[in-house]
Amino acid sequence: MSGHATEAPPVAAAAAGGLPRRLAGLAVLWLVLATAPLWMPLIGGYDALATRVLVLGLVAMSFNIVLGFTGQMSFGHAAYFGLGAYGAGLTLKFIAASTPLALLFGTLLGGVLGTLFGLLIVRRRGVYFAMVTIAFGQVCFYVAYKWNDLTGGYDGLRGFQRAPLHLGLATIDIAASSRVFYYFVLVIFALAVGAMALVLRSPFGRTLLAIRENERRARFLGIPVERHIWLAFSVSCFFAALAGSLYALLNNFADPLALHYTLSGEIVIMTVMGGMRAFWGPLLGAAVFVVLQDYVSSMTENWMSIIGIIFMLVVLFFPRGLLGFMQRRDAR
Amino acid sequence: MLQVIFFNVTNGLIIGAFYVLLALGLALILNLSNVINFAHGNFLALGGYFAFAITPVLGYWGALIVAPLLTAALGFVVERLLISRVYSRDPVYSLLLTFGLAFVIQDVCRYTWGPNGLPLGIPDALSQPLSPELFFITWYRIFMVAIVIVAVAGLFLFLRYSRVGVRIRAGTLDLDTVSVLGVNVRLLRTFNFSIGCLMAGLAGVLAAGQIGLNPNMGDDLLMPSFIAIIVGGVGSLTGTLFGGLLIGLAGAITTVFYPSASEAVIYIIMAVVLLLRPRGLMGEEGMLT
Repeated sequence: MSGHATEAPPVAAAAAGGLPRRLAGLAVLWLVLATAPLWMPLIGGYDALATRVLVLGLVAMSFNIVLGFTGQMSFGHAAYFGLGAYGAGLTLKFIAASTPLALLFGTLLGGVLGTLFGLLIVRRRGVYFAMVTIAFGQVCFYVAYKWNDLTGGYDGLRGFQRAPLHLGLATIDIAASSRVFYYFVLVIFALAVGAMALVLRSPFGRTLLAIRENERRARFLGIPVERHIWLAFSVSCFFAALAGSLYALLNNFADPLALHYTLSGEIVIMTVMGGMRAFWGPLLGAAVFVVLQDYVSSMTENWMSIIGIIFMLVVLFFPRGLLGFMQRRDAR
Repeated sequence: MLQVIFFNVTNGLIIGAFYVLLALGLALILNLSNVINFAHGNFLALGGYFAFAITPVLGYWGALIVAPLLTAALGFVVERLLISRVYSRDPVYSLLLTFGLAFVIQDVCRYTWGPNGLPLGIPDALSQPLSPELFFITWYRIFMVAIVIVAVAGLFLFLRYSRVGVRIRAGTLDLDTVSVLGVNVRLLRTFNFSIGCLMAGLAGVLAAGQIGLNPNMGDDLLMPSFIAIIVGGVGSLTGTLFGGLLIGLAGAITTVFYPSASEAVIYIIMAVVLLLRPRGLMGEEGMLT
């Protein structure tokens, strides 16, 4: 992760042209997101697809706390995403038909387990960090896969429905309308992304950049590197699990493939495709990937080859991602 | 009961032998090039399918030799064309590259040979059981273990005594110095990658005779092979060897007593090793960071 010390600070990097441009960029972004249900049908999309973009964008952005900002390569983030999904699903099915409770328990399940796993892996670096995170991800996959009575095994967890929101006076029916649910997810997304930005702008967030750029120097400066990586990993897992809970609500279904390392790989490619040095990069990558995947898998049976080739093309020709690519053109 | 345990121990040794073949190839590539080859299980499947395609022409014995060599040749080309391009970059790129490659190879196998399982015929002499009492052990199982022992011994002797083997081991410790001493490191890495694929291809031919062929036959073996490396200790091929056998045996013995935990047990072993001895059973201090 070294050798990028001269780049613009990532949080601000989405628009390298100073404050007015940054604000304009943000305004455009939120306008695009807020109007998505209106223009998605024009490009062959639908409300649930737009929601998928937000959910996978959220997990990719939370993953990027570890990859892009701390410089550690987790390859098992699907695990915490999937745990969130199962947590939310199980809550709705067995505890109470309450959407906020489902989100809370889903987030806690994935976040707390991720934090515990984190303790075992923070001393690893590079590909070994990746390998151990993959293996832990597969632990979760096998548990969900094998524990038939609780999780529904291979068929996934069914038999639950997201419940309407009761806000004291008003009731918002997110269960019936996929459009209302989109806006519900958008609100959660905005809150989560705002919290993420605060974390990354805080002194703690800046320390993560120091670790990414030069771990040894960060250590000499007295930064407790292992503890910071662990915390970053933990924060990232909580957000990933939140995204997973939303995913279960979106589909009214949680399946073991949401825990599988294939999804972990897809989260990584979304992040890299969008630009892992940019705060908003993973969201852009998720949008491109999700829409492309939806399109390709409806077009051809050989979608695996196409997705695989996209992986390879991104690595070979767009390693800096879409936003990174634009930034470099700006810098000229 | 004793017979059941004996049966499962032999099963465990055989599955452990597959883990070892796959994990040794993975570890070679990991140690020298710092690349996790996600497509390794797919090279295994390709080895099996190559054997399937060659058997009608050269017979089983010809396929046993030629199919792994073809896999190695393909590995050579893949490394040259794709993987060698990302060595100088962050490891995340090589991971994504091999990940995409795994998708493509799996899809190509499915497209070419169909999504359903295919059998790979083995010579009649090998499919007989040892004796009426030991009906559950066919000669083929003995044969597989023997081949794996020969292959692993060959690999270790090659690394220990041949000039290229010594260079590979030296490169594992300090590639820059090896390069400065005038060794063509590019070629060394390519060659090393194709040795890894050779082992995977051989495992594929052997596995196909036992469990048949299907496009994702390598997937179930890939993750245990990762764990064999982690448990055995990163950087130590001997550790990988014992790690593979250990988790193969542990899974099989668990099957006797508590079948539904047979896959979980290898993850438990990994967690225990990571907790108590983070560098792995035989890993060198400092190799894991």
